[in-house]
Amino acid sequence: MFTIGAVPALAEGPQATPSIFAPASTPAHEIYGLSIFVLLITGSIFAVVAGLLTYVIIRFRARGPDAEHEPPQIYGSTQVELAWTVIPVLIVVVLFLTTARIIFAIQDAPEPKSALEVTVIGHQFWWEFRYPKLNIVTANELHIPASTRDAPQPAYLHLLSADVDHSFWVPQLAGKTDLIPNHPNDMWLDPRQPGLYLGQCAQFCGIEHAKMLIRVYVDTPQQFKAWVKNQQQIGVEDSAAAAGRQVFETQACVNCHTVVGTPAHGTFGPDLTHLMSRATIGAGAAANTPENLRAWIHDPGTFKPGALMPAMQLTDQQVDEILAYLSTLH
Amino acid sequence: MADQTLPIPGSLRATPSRGAALLEWLHGWVVTVDHKKLGILYVVYAIFFLLVAGAEALAMRIQLAVPHNHFLGPETYNEFFTMHGTTMVFLVGMPILFGFANYLVPLMVGARDMAFPRLNAFSFWLTAFGGLLLYFSFVGGFGLYGMGAAPDVSWWAYAPLTAKAFSPGHNTDYWALSLIVMGFGTLGAAINTLATAFSMRCRGMTLFRMPLFVWLMVVTSGLTLITITPLTAAQIMLTIDRYLGGHFFDTQAGGSATVWMHFFWIFGHPEVYVLILPAFGIASEVIPVFSRKAIFGYPVMVAASVGIAFVSVTVWAHHMFTIGMTSVSNSFFVLSTMMVGIPTGIKIFNWIATMWGGKIRFATPMLFATAFLFQFLIAGLTGIMLSVAPWDWQLHNSYFVIAHFHYTLTGSFVFCIFAAIYYWYPKATGRMLSERLGKWHFWLFLIGFHITFDTMHFVGILGMPRSIYTYEADRGWNTLNMIISAGGLVQGIAVLVFAWNLIHSYLHGKVAGNDPWDAWTLEWSTPSPPPVYNFAADPVVRSRRPLWDIKHPNDPDWKYEQ
Repeated sequence: MFTIGAVPALAEGPQATPSIFAPASTPAHEIYGLSIFVLLITGSIFAVVAGLLTYVIIRFRARGPDAEHEPPQIYGSTQVELAWTVIPVLIVVVLFLTTARIIFAIQDAPEPKSALEVTVIGHQFWWEFRYPKLNIVTANELHIPASTRDAPQPAYLHLLSADVDHSFWVPQLAGKTDLIPNHPNDMWLDPRQPGLYLGQCAQFCGIEHAKMLIRVYVDTPQQFKAWVKNQQQIGVEDSAAAAGRQVFETQACVNCHTVVGTPAHGTFGPDLTHLMSRATIGAGAAANTPENLRAWIHDPGTFKPGALMPAMQLTDQQVDEILAYLSTLH
Repeated sequence: MADQTLPIPGSLRATPSRGAALLEWLHGWVVTVDHKKLGILYVVYAIFFLLVAGAEALAMRIQLAVPHNHFLGPETYNEFFTMHGTTMVFLVGMPILFGFANYLVPLMVGARDMAFPRLNAFSFWLTAFGGLLLYFSFVGGFGLYGMGAAPDVSWWAYAPLTAKAFSPGHNTDYWALSLIVMGFGTLGAAINTLATAFSMRCRGMTLFRMPLFVWLMVVTSGLTLITITPLTAAQIMLTIDRYLGGHFFDTQAGGSATVWMHFFWIFGHPEVYVLILPAFGIASEVIPVFSRKAIFGYPVMVAASVGIAFVSVTVWAHHMFTIGMTSVSNSFFVLSTMMVGIPTGIKIFNWIATMWGGKIRFATPMLFATAFLFQFLIAGLTGIMLSVAPWDWQLHNSYFVIAHFHYTLTGSFVFCIFAAIYYWYPKATGRMLSERLGKWHFWLFLIGFHITFDTMHFVGILGMPRSIYTYEADRGWNTLNMIISAGGLVQGIAVLVFAWNLIHSYLHGKVAGNDPWDAWTLEWSTPSPPPVYNFAADPVVRSRRPLWDIKHPNDPDWKYEQ
């Protein structure tokens, strides 16, 4: 018999278009199976009812010399009406039971010991990712290992908010879950195929809601191990960037940003300890190139008008020096 | 001399100057307590804001036509989508439905006015000034940037984005206050409608002989009393938070963001039915007349409407499947939401059965009503999809949802409103709307509607969230967004044709006569437009279709009705 589990296995890899019909992780995949089932039922209902309606429109259109006479008046029929009450009731029962099964399967799945725990904190307008057991803090680009059938390692996300409501949505990996202040939530993903999965904030959170993008890097176990190792390192002192570090630490930068191993430990903005390991800046607002970074330090409004980081009115020389310093934070 | 009156300074008989006549005419509209004039005021007011909110939507569609567009900045875009939603629900939907209730309920139940004419005028002017208050924010609502700023917190205005810390300035206050003001106007109109239907019916009109339109307005008004109350309460709590140091929704002081969601959607979901039930009422008048048959299963239609109202107050948290409720709560709201499908399904089948065996005349009102049937069917089925909580975790806040509720609010509600305007315009003005322009309007609007909103389903499935002022170019959404925007333009043209039809036909339209559609309810027994007193003699009815009985004395309805 056809069951929901019978849809093809997780063959899909990462795509540029974050389609919900290209699932690459168990929760997204179960939802996909359920959605196909619901589409079949609703599609059949549509075919029947729309077909009936079309037939009525064509068949009973007033035409011919007889058009002026009133047709026979029919006031109702209990039997017929009972029939079209009972059938929808049966459909609702089937749909409800199928749905409830998937709700419990996804939402109440027990967390395995091997799970990777990540705390996700939504900020206006960026993401903070904390790995409490690995002692890593990063931003906007989540790294998790691929979860294989032999060594399953799902990622369990603990969702918090620092300010307003946000919603974590990477369609290929799972449905969205909101990040609500004072209301912690949880969700999980277990992607099989390594690669880059795209998503973004899905709950309006203010002026730059549109530029609160998510990048999830699913790494092979080796890649992930290497990434963790790098993130756990404290930045190496680079004498060439001493001037920039000096400017960075004497300006307001340190009030909001952290660079581990230096006096900078502000927490309002993204952690910059390994800024150069990220592909984008401004939560995906621009690629992390020296030119973009320079423009961003000069005035974040260039890419993201309304971002909470102000233009610091730095001189060109100061901007260059800070850029040189940040470029050493690998 | 015949003239024996005392001399009075100035002549009483002299024709007033043009300006004075205009003033007199305007004054008549301002002080009127006549339900027909107030009804027209509501409808004109709503059509004006339909154009305004439509223009806002078009501006948003220009912005989204291509990725990384700079037509609207983020502030303006966020204001526009907030104002578009708020306007369409509170300044277009609610006024227009109570406009039709005002105009038609007394005429349909054979009364000379609403139960409380002065409350009626008061309600309209509260609604009108509430709307002006909302739009004054564009000038007066000091926002972040020290200039006029409209509300920009989205129309569902989730806490704590509305807290002082995240929404400084006054734009959020304009939003909250105007909704409180309009809310009281709406409550007045609802109470008035209920009182009129229950206590002003003419002799012989039992509750089960009321036209379905009146029944649906009764259900809508009852639902309004249930929904507007929590909304008003929530707005007052929000204002207390913002100005008196309350902490209802202030999460930084231990308040709850989810309490706002519950309050808002306990209002917000039944509100959808407040808007769609009058559409059902309109369809239930238009479809029988143009199919030349009595409505199929009148008692079941009434029962289904009341059933929808009851079920609709148990479904609100299906807007909140993603906030992390327990799996049991999620399942409960899945079931209650799916159950809405049962009475609405019955209604669709009964409309089709009404058309079955009829002689359907496709005049413009019937065209709109038929399109409504198709679109409402699709809206209902996408509603079932969204009620499937796990799928909703994907679809929620995506363009799929936008497509779904525009299928209900535009494809169903607005289509029925257009049907109603084409159907009852001759009664209100004495002139027919042009059928030729009407058909242009219908086909253009239909095509534009489907180009826009069919496409939105797909871009939602491809992962595009709502409320974003721009998007990345590499997501595969570019072509679809361009198509959506093009459809918006076609709809805009259709609405202009409609507006032109309203004006042109008012001056040059064919004279309608009392009963241009050969219809059956009491309003068509009065002259067009009806005199102030509506009926010269109180009507007496013996069935649901009093005019049918008069037109077919040998075969009257009262012989057959259950």
